[in-house]
Amino acid sequence: MTPLDDTEGGAFRLALILGLSLFLLAFAVAAATAIGDYNIGLGTVFLSITNELGLSGAEIAPIEQSVVWNLRLSRALVAALAGAGLAICGAILQALLRNALAEPFVLGVSAGASTGAVCVIVLGIGAGGLSLSLGAFAGAFAAFALVALLSNGATSGPNHTILAGVAASQLFNALTSYIVTTSGNAQQARDVMFWLLGSFGGVRWPDFQLLLLVVIVSLAICILMGRALDAFTFGDEDAASLGVPVARIRLVLFGVTALLTATIVSMVGAIGFVGLVVPHAARYVVGPLHLRLLPACAVIGAVFMVVADIVSRVIAAQQTVPIGVVTALVGVPFFAIILYRARPQS
Amino acid sequence: MSVIAENLHWGVKRKTIVSGVSLTVAPGETLGLIGPNGSGKSSLLRLLAGLRTPVSGRVEINGQDIARVGRKALSRQIAFVQQSAATDTNVTVRDVVRLGRTPHRSALAGWSAADEAAVANALDLVDMVERRSQPWQTLSGGERQRVHIARALAQTPNVMFLDEPTNHLDIHHQIEILRIVRDLDLTSIVALHDLNLAAMFCDRIVVLEAGAVRACGTPDAVLTRDLCREVFRVAADVSGAPDTGRPHIRFRAE
Repeated sequence: MTPLDDTEGGAFRLALILGLSLFLLAFAVAAATAIGDYNIGLGTVFLSITNELGLSGAEIAPIEQSVVWNLRLSRALVAALAGAGLAICGAILQALLRNALAEPFVLGVSAGASTGAVCVIVLGIGAGGLSLSLGAFAGAFAAFALVALLSNGATSGPNHTILAGVAASQLFNALTSYIVTTSGNAQQARDVMFWLLGSFGGVRWPDFQLLLLVVIVSLAICILMGRALDAFTFGDEDAASLGVPVARIRLVLFGVTALLTATIVSMVGAIGFVGLVVPHAARYVVGPLHLRLLPACAVIGAVFMVVADIVSRVIAAQQTVPIGVVTALVGVPFFAIILYRARPQS
Repeated sequence: MSVIAENLHWGVKRKTIVSGVSLTVAPGETLGLIGPNGSGKSSLLRLLAGLRTPVSGRVEINGQDIARVGRKALSRQIAFVQQSAATDTNVTVRDVVRLGRTPHRSALAGWSAADEAAVANALDLVDMVERRSQPWQTLSGGERQRVHIARALAQTPNVMFLDEPTNHLDIHHQIEILRIVRDLDLTSIVALHDLNLAAMFCDRIVVLEAGAVRACGTPDAVLTRDLCREVFRVAADVSGAPDTGRPHIRFRAE
């Protein structure tokens, strides 16, 4: 039996994987909340959370309660959502563009976001954390709009769309470099660099609420279109001959991935690798059909990102390594194993 | 089911590719579409299958104007097989054939007995039942084309369009594919390059030249020495076989 068969065994296997991953996710989030410069016991973590939810009234030091609830739990949950969102975007874009190298930033969204962020950090347009996010979001959408324009509303075929994305990425990366080199000082350049590599440092509950809404809505839309995405296996025209409204599906899904990616990038920076690798790993486990692939990507991406965040905080004493560095460091060996095991048999 | 095209026109920018094509295909008939490169075979096939919208003219399938039928509803009646469509995705034969059920399923509907029966029947018709779990990437060209046809059959169509389904296949597999198509119990319209194969397997043949119908009729009425010279620009001897109505064309090297 292949994992892709729509048999009861296949459904059972998917349920098993999802259940196991959700359990792992809960454990990873608990660990992320417990581990830090100041370690807190898992029992205390649990009680702090139930205290905040009004389920218990245990005596816990206010400082621990605050660290758990206000700093670490919100951070871990945002990390989980960001991982889930990036992995979903990667899976969608790999299917729509029919390209195994497609990832959430292939359409220039991260380059646009960095230009927007640099405008805020270096040029000082606006001020404060919120406007950094807004600047990044505006930049991301400007890049996406340029790609949509260049690729004729993403109707000109996968390669044309990818080339439009390359053009937009180059343009916005050049703009970012230009702004940093002509008007930035060393500290600002460092800030920009750090932001570009991603960080969960500043996230709080309002970020979580916004991201939760965006991820749930996006995932729902993508799952509703999952079966239509399968029909893209042999290309756009083939999908059309299977009764799929190709232009509408492309437009909606490109829009959804752009919105989701822009939201994530504007909150935590451009965290690479997750959106590229997790869909491949998930496909290896549950097969290529999107009704299975998308939920699997969401949970695997979430677990991966939470674990990467833990590693980023403990790997170097007294400092946090940028999360994008960790996703690659943790992810590459893992990915190498999958590549090796899935190598074509000749 | 019958297919009727009335005065179809289509083009890109100012270049006309299909001009004034009208044709009628009777239920159950196998119609061959032949013509030199660039004569508009593929474009006409896509107009007939509703994958492109004509500038003017209309196509009726079983008395319905296809412009008034939704894409999904249309795909339950007609299927289209491209020439050698490829994928990098790691799918099995069964996965590919299952895609044929797409127009019959809603976004989240489960896998029904009708779906299973259609897939099993389609695999059986192209003789791929035993290999249903084989990965797509390990199939030969002829096997891939058979799976594409099975996928089209899983749509349970009444009309099937095939765009040069024998491209890149050796002669054995070319004949095998066309035999499958001919023996199917549905109306099929096949674009072909090989004149002899068209003569062997088609009930009627339409010859396109510069986007217009040059000739239309049974193989022996259409495939003449003059047509070979004027449309295909080759010298050929056509030996008739009056009892079968299927001429044989022998090309000359000079």
